[in-house]
Amino acid sequence: MKDLKIAINVDDLTVAYNYKPVLWDIDLAIPEGVLMAIVGPNGAGKSTLIKAILGIIDPIAGSVSIFGKPYEKQRKLVAYVPQKGSVDWDFPTTAFDVVLMGTYGKLGWIKRPKQAEKKAALEALEKVGMLAFKNRQISQLSGGQQQRIFLARALVQDASIYFMDEPFQGVDATTEIAIINILKNLRKEGKTVVVVHHDLQTVPEYFDWVTFLNVKKIATGPVKDIFNDDNLTKTYGINYKVAVNK
Amino acid sequence: MTISEYFELLFTDYTLGTITLGTAVLGAICGMLGSFAVLRKQSLLGDAISHAALPGIAIAFLITGTKDTNILLLGALVSGLIGTFWIRGMTHKTHLKSDTALGLVLSLFFGFGMLLLTFIQKQPNANQAGLDKYLFGQAATLVKSDVVLMIIVTSICLFVLLLFWKEFKILLFDADYTKTLGFNTKFIDILITFFIVLAIVLGLQTVGVVLMSAMLLAPAAAARQWTNKLSVMIFLAAILGAFAGVFGTAISASQNNLSTGPVIVLVAAVFVTFSFVFSPSRGLLFRQIRFLKNRRDLELKKTLQFMYGIAKTHENISHPHAIRILNNFHGFTRKTLQKLEHNGWIKVSNQQWSLTNEGFIEAENLYNQLLEND
Repeated sequence: MKDLKIAINVDDLTVAYNYKPVLWDIDLAIPEGVLMAIVGPNGAGKSTLIKAILGIIDPIAGSVSIFGKPYEKQRKLVAYVPQKGSVDWDFPTTAFDVVLMGTYGKLGWIKRPKQAEKKAALEALEKVGMLAFKNRQISQLSGGQQQRIFLARALVQDASIYFMDEPFQGVDATTEIAIINILKNLRKEGKTVVVVHHDLQTVPEYFDWVTFLNVKKIATGPVKDIFNDDNLTKTYGINYKVAVNK
Repeated sequence: MTISEYFELLFTDYTLGTITLGTAVLGAICGMLGSFAVLRKQSLLGDAISHAALPGIAIAFLITGTKDTNILLLGALVSGLIGTFWIRGMTHKTHLKSDTALGLVLSLFFGFGMLLLTFIQKQPNANQAGLDKYLFGQAATLVKSDVVLMIIVTSICLFVLLLFWKEFKILLFDADYTKTLGFNTKFIDILITFFIVLAIVLGLQTVGVVLMSAMLLAPAAAARQWTNKLSVMIFLAAILGAFAGVFGTAISASQNNLSTGPVIVLVAAVFVTFSFVFSPSRGLLFRQIRFLKNRRDLELKKTLQFMYGIAKTHENISHPHAIRILNNFHGFTRKTLQKLEHNGWIKVSNQQWSLTNEGFIEAENLYNQLLEND
């Protein structure tokens, strides 16, 4: 295997909400330019892993570096798409406004978005095919449209690394295809994309890298090498039969 | 005094003017900050904080022995803040849900406050009377310096709100995401909470511990019904709060014995009820009307489609058919028939109907139309 530049490096990451650890001693090196799925059963700590990497949750131990530097110094290189259900969609705002929020990080405190930021937000809306809905109150968008808005908000951050928490949850087939095409485009541009993913059937088709997680890291590597019955069984605890497309 | 006399006196009578301005400013700041509480789903936080302020008032009196409003309110601020941080601590550090933490802090602090009040009342100090006015508030005790303080705090609050508008907005919508962008969410959060506590403490003298949360929530809940824009909502909540203050004061001043705080709260409640029913986009009334209209519309179109199905089998689309064959079609009524004729889609004569050319084209395009309107 050729030498890969590491985009995200996770060392000894351990997270506990109460007494029981949710993540135990995670070491993970994610190479630059991969489209990676994190798979594992419910409660395996997939979302927690992303949140701990992003500093939303304080880990008990461990550290994260992005391109060799501590995460705190590299925030602007990282974008995040939270789970759609994590916010109140009845919030009084429009699709455009939500996407514009993606520019807030680079603006920093107090400064307001100007023409350049607004233009970037419109471009991001266009990329996800939601330009026509820019003035729509967000509660009047369908689940798939809301997901695209979240995606556009991350795109507008113009990051090098994207973390996405179940972007395919509760979206129809059309939206799923639209989203995966955007993710594949990101990879083509050399970006690194990490996705919490539930649907094992689509892993070989969508992703080129995979991490099996169940509180501990079971395996991580190229889909074609490690996406097999052995690892699935280790992760899910049952003999999981999946047709691996070669 | 009648209400019209009140408004005449408003600009000449110094006391009345002071009280009215005070309740208006209070209503405005409460509406503004209440919007944050409502959008963060922390509606009960205001209730807990205001009740938590009571022991602070009593302790401030016990320590200083004076009934100076500013000192008592400072005490209220301190114990209100302590209550708030207890609630935050409880929800962050234990398994307790926030409603449990709010309920616990509310009753614990309020109970302690009441205990202190009865203790103070048993003291042989002639100065002790009147602390219980903080339970339900007494707008009549507002003096110029109180109102000046309210205006200063409201101005600072407005300034901070405009300065950190972007940060407040994104935190309200998506706190986790805000954190990943590198903002210190704890700071923004504490700033918002601090201002909410400040507004509550300012209102204790006027509205009192028990009803204060309504001052926060009612204008915001009403404003939310009229707009889908955050800035408009906050502005509207401030206006509605101010109006509730002015009208409440007017009503209570014109009806001699009515206590101002409860009247203000009731006026705000009227605003809320009105908004829930009559708001064009979210109100119950128009929603019901839209629902019924939509339903009738669809019934009409389904009937037309059914007729179209029958007419299509004949060479001449205007071939007349007996009305009674429609009787088996669910959704058909005499009224739909009239409406269809009124639209020029069918012709009715001798208990028979026939499709017109327009009706035929309409029915043909029906399916496409439904798709477009989606």
